[in-house]
Amino acid sequence: MATITLDSVRKVYAGNVEAVKGVSIDIQDGEFIVLVGPSGCGKSTLLRMVAGLEDITTGEVKIGERVVNNVDPADRDIAMVFQNYALYPHMSVYNNLAYGLKNRGMAKGEIDRRVKEAARILEIGEYLDRKPRALSGGQRQRVAMGRAIVREPAAFLFDEPLSNLDAKLRVQMRVEIKRLQKSLGTTSVYVTHDQLEAMTLADRLVVLNKGNIEQIGAPIEVYDRPASTFVASFIGSPAMNLLPVSANGSGLQLEGGEGLSGPNTYGRDKYTVGIRPEHLRVVDAGSSHPDAGLSLDLVVNVLEPVGAESFVYASFAKGGPEMVIRVSNHARYQPGEKLQLIADAQDVHFFDGGNGKRI
Amino acid sequence: MKRIKFSDHVILLAGVFFMVAPVALAFLTSTHDAVTIYKSGMQFTFGDQFLQNYETVLTRAGGFTKEVDGLVMLKNSLILGLGFAIGKIIISMLAAYAIVYFRFPFASLCFWVIFCTLLLPLEVRILPSYEIVQGLGMVNTYSGLIVPLIASATGTFFFRQFFLSVPDELLEAARIDGAGPWKFFIDILVPLSKTMIAAIFIIMFVYGWNQYLWPTLITTEESLFTLVRGIKQIMQVWIGAQIPDFNEAMALAILAMLPPVVIVVIFQSWFIKGLVESDK
Repeated sequence: MATITLDSVRKVYAGNVEAVKGVSIDIQDGEFIVLVGPSGCGKSTLLRMVAGLEDITTGEVKIGERVVNNVDPADRDIAMVFQNYALYPHMSVYNNLAYGLKNRGMAKGEIDRRVKEAARILEIGEYLDRKPRALSGGQRQRVAMGRAIVREPAAFLFDEPLSNLDAKLRVQMRVEIKRLQKSLGTTSVYVTHDQLEAMTLADRLVVLNKGNIEQIGAPIEVYDRPASTFVASFIGSPAMNLLPVSANGSGLQLEGGEGLSGPNTYGRDKYTVGIRPEHLRVVDAGSSHPDAGLSLDLVVNVLEPVGAESFVYASFAKGGPEMVIRVSNHARYQPGEKLQLIADAQDVHFFDGGNGKRI
Repeated sequence: MKRIKFSDHVILLAGVFFMVAPVALAFLTSTHDAVTIYKSGMQFTFGDQFLQNYETVLTRAGGFTKEVDGLVMLKNSLILGLGFAIGKIIISMLAAYAIVYFRFPFASLCFWVIFCTLLLPLEVRILPSYEIVQGLGMVNTYSGLIVPLIASATGTFFFRQFFLSVPDELLEAARIDGAGPWKFFIDILVPLSKTMIAAIFIIMFVYGWNQYLWPTLITTEESLFTLVRGIKQIMQVWIGAQIPDFNEAMALAILAMLPPVVIVVIFQSWFIKGLVESDK
């Protein structure tokens, strides 16, 4: 158990490629932190710097009270779960779990106790004598987790551990990882590019983009108040609708399109207006809603039923980006149908038209 | 699946015939006495001298000094073949390990220099090699026979390619598990390379076993003669009215063939098992 502190950590690769640009995060003891971002955002590099598998160019990583910049991975008191599991193919499951403990010169009895205990927690007891190749993907994943658990480390590091599993197993393992982490109470850093995984697992999310932190916060806070257009489009599925608009007197004008019935509250020239698909409501055509934050007239392109709900893809008469609207699964809109949609003022997000930051 | 036709069998049988016939002929001939062979050439029947011929070549001391028999030569050949194969595997694994896993200046240059030596077979450098071995006083020793030959570009190349295919995560997992470079090599890489080691062992053992020119140069003492040299020794007795002991030469040739066959059979099953079960 320990806190992990990252202080302006930078990573510059040969050829002056800056993969991580001064990232600072304070991770509390027992917290589950998820680093999320698109590929190439530096999330894995950051995790590997915490693990000690990458050198830190500048900045400081502390695990507990100890600065670990120059500490060997084996001595950092961390355990890591890899995307492809990285099990030793020639060793039995038992030896895979025991290997790290043996290297530390632990007594045989204690090793045995820990391996059996981890096997019990993960329900892999009956596979202990098998080789990894005789296991299914989910079982291998459990063994990889077991290898982390037996070490009883100060922190778990997960590098996209679920991305090699099929969809059903992924959901199952996700729940299991969360349950396990809560019951062990071990500080965890988890890297993923899957926003759903990130939302469901994290105590706090760290959204990364191009080596910078875009936003840190509880998942629901990040969802409700995205700090930038990047976060707004990355977190949530389908993504938030983003409309580039410019100020038109006291109102707003969609770029390359019609005027919008929204207020120019913030006194800027250009904005990006964001509305989540579930915050757009269909109202009777031609009705007046003076209290609405935004009112849009759209033409239906496609209706996409996904079961529990349906998504309407619709666009503006005069062009502009396609919008997604979440509707009830009973809705039966036809392509070409005209819809009037409104959103409440508190659900309309305004971002700076230039740097994309939330206003 | 396509039905197997008669013509397929014919082709396979022809293949078997071409592969087996010379060996069978040598074996059958080795069971006759020298006079029969000298008179009527290679024999197609099983003769009555089988036990006698084989006993003779294994136990009768021959040569000028009368101190080297078939068993001694067999032992020498085994020492050369095993030392050659094992030495090559150890040296080339270590070289490949250094090239793949350690960052040192001119690593890839080193690799390509080693690789280029593939273009220079032993015969090209045999005089300087002899000069060095002789200068070190290693003529007529087993180490003189083996050590100068164990650097292997082929082996280094194969192991390098294999190590490159081992996922980096294994190294990283091992590092986190507290395995240093040596432990990683012994505990992870060597066991993973088993199939590769088996393949290279087969090739190198047979190659070493069949060495002729190098042992001829390095060993002048008959007690260090190998089987391959022994065969020639038997044929070299064309003195006076003596006829060469063709039967014994054939018997020795068959004996010389056996250990490589045994090695191939043993390691092949291991090798194929590894290939079938392979996943890294």
